[in-house]
Amino acid sequence: MRPSAARLLNILVPVKRAVDYAVKIRVNPQQTGIDTNVKHSMNPFDEIAVEEAVRLRERLKDQIKSIKAVTIGPPKSIDTLRTALAMGADSAIHVEMPESAPAPEPLAVAKALRAIIEKQEGGVDLVILGKQAIDDDLGLTGQMLAGLLNWPQATFASKVDIDVAKKEATVVREIDGGGEEIRCHLPLIITTDLRLNEPRYASLPNIMKAKKKPIEKLSASDLGVDLSPILETLKVSEPPKRVGGGKVESVDELIAKLKDAGITAV
Amino acid sequence: MIRSRSVLCVRAFSRTYATATSPHALVFIEHRHGVIDSGSLSALTAAEQLGGQVSGLVVGGPDHVHSVVDKVKMLKGITSVLHSTSPQYVEPLPETLSPLFEKLLSNSSPFTHVVSATSSTAKSLLPRVAAKLDVPAVSDVTSLEHDPATGSTTFTRPIYAGNAIATVRAPGSVAIKFFTVRGTAFAAAASQEGSNAEVKAVDAVEVSDSPTQHLKTTITKSDRPDLGVASRVVSGGRALKNAETFASTLYPLADALGAAVGASRAAVDAGYADNSLQVGQTGKVVAPELYMALGISGAIQHLAGMKDSKLIVAVNKDPDAPIFQVADVGLVADLFDVVPELVEKLKK
Repeated sequence: MRPSAARLLNILVPVKRAVDYAVKIRVNPQQTGIDTNVKHSMNPFDEIAVEEAVRLRERLKDQIKSIKAVTIGPPKSIDTLRTALAMGADSAIHVEMPESAPAPEPLAVAKALRAIIEKQEGGVDLVILGKQAIDDDLGLTGQMLAGLLNWPQATFASKVDIDVAKKEATVVREIDGGGEEIRCHLPLIITTDLRLNEPRYASLPNIMKAKKKPIEKLSASDLGVDLSPILETLKVSEPPKRVGGGKVESVDELIAKLKDAGITAV
Repeated sequence: MIRSRSVLCVRAFSRTYATATSPHALVFIEHRHGVIDSGSLSALTAAEQLGGQVSGLVVGGPDHVHSVVDKVKMLKGITSVLHSTSPQYVEPLPETLSPLFEKLLSNSSPFTHVVSATSSTAKSLLPRVAAKLDVPAVSDVTSLEHDPATGSTTFTRPIYAGNAIATVRAPGSVAIKFFTVRGTAFAAAASQEGSNAEVKAVDAVEVSDSPTQHLKTTITKSDRPDLGVASRVVSGGRALKNAETFASTLYPLADALGAAVGASRAAVDAGYADNSLQVGQTGKVVAPELYMALGISGAIQHLAGMKDSKLIVAVNKDPDAPIFQVADVGLVADLFDVVPELVEKLKK
């Protein structure tokens, strides 16, 4: 018997274009932000989110109806969506913002995502997000979205099992001091921790195929949301510089330095 | 002279009242089986710096809440303690705790700020509550200043893995300001005798048919100090080869120094150490008196978690490893030679 349509899952994966994790960032002279004229790529935690969605499809096959990636950002963010499509997402939504617009805050992003979810025909059963973006390091969007929708949330996931028939997920979470296992009803918000999976590299044929996959363009006004920040960024500055203290030649010298600092065995 | 001064005083006083109420922080005090998390004590110190009243909120199962409340009311800076008990609160699930917070923070709420440690529980729970109240949140703040005249609060916080510091202002129009506190940036609130904080019970908000069910918690047991608050940390990286050599090499040194054990992402990913020991942008942020980085190259993401340590000691075979740029004391050598020698000579 074919499963009824109601049992097929639609997955939404929000992704963010961020300064590449390996770039040594520099604060701009005006102290308004950082020099963004550097390599960008998909936020690493979002790659894990896309990978997880694709792996769910590999495991659950036809029970996954769609995987849709979404981003909110300047025109260049489309590259990030293409990466998600090349990794295995079916289609994408780009909420385009002007290049010069300030980055939206998590609350605004969550509201935009809620509006997108409400617009999806067939609904959304699972949203998988990164646990934090490595640029603002806020780590708020997933939880805020769960709050706005009043959906359950499984943050910092390191293992996800989905029972589509029962509309349930069992998630292992990374918490301070260890791990926690929870079971949530769908629809559900999951945020990814590093240990969830190892994202794949998109192969060249898949990158070519991704160019043909559909990307829907929307604006903030289409969604009826205001993306302007509430918090005022007054200044972005360099952290205090730490100067290396030089090297020692032997363990004895090392111990002498420790003793100078008042550190001895207990 | 005296008269003019008193006029000024009155004016300043009345202006405070005319435009903004004085700050009143609600601090989420976390505990595990009755033991207060040290991060919450730092959050308390941060809340006190707002310059107004500070209420602690303790939630949990019936077994532990009362002993925690007894400890919390003695903490310096606390003006009142709220507590709420329910079997549903034994495990801190955001879905069951969020309604309680919403009730406390609803229209007639006296609270202007909601404060917590940057812990895994608070990181999950508070943004959910903030969104329900339609207010933004600020994560992992390292300093703050409240302006009673405008009701705005200015925070500094690290961004880009600690490679830049952002100063952000939550304007007075944000009725309740949510923020989490980086524990290593604020001293822990101390206990003091003779406190007269008011203690008040708050009825639990029972959530029937919660969409989330807690199955189990696995806490990594250790006799060593807790990584987040240890004054000394010995950390190992990929060079430790495997879980056995990680343990056999680092643990004797950690024991000799009375230190907590940490690990780089590479060591955790390779299975040498538990996830909860990871130090870095996505793991724990530590700032001990002594941080020993053994066989750790010093990637940006690792430095994000330890570069505020007082004394950084690095041992690495590679003289060009980036860790040496931040280390106060560096030794270019094979850690498998160095560490045993170090343990032996330290004990003398």
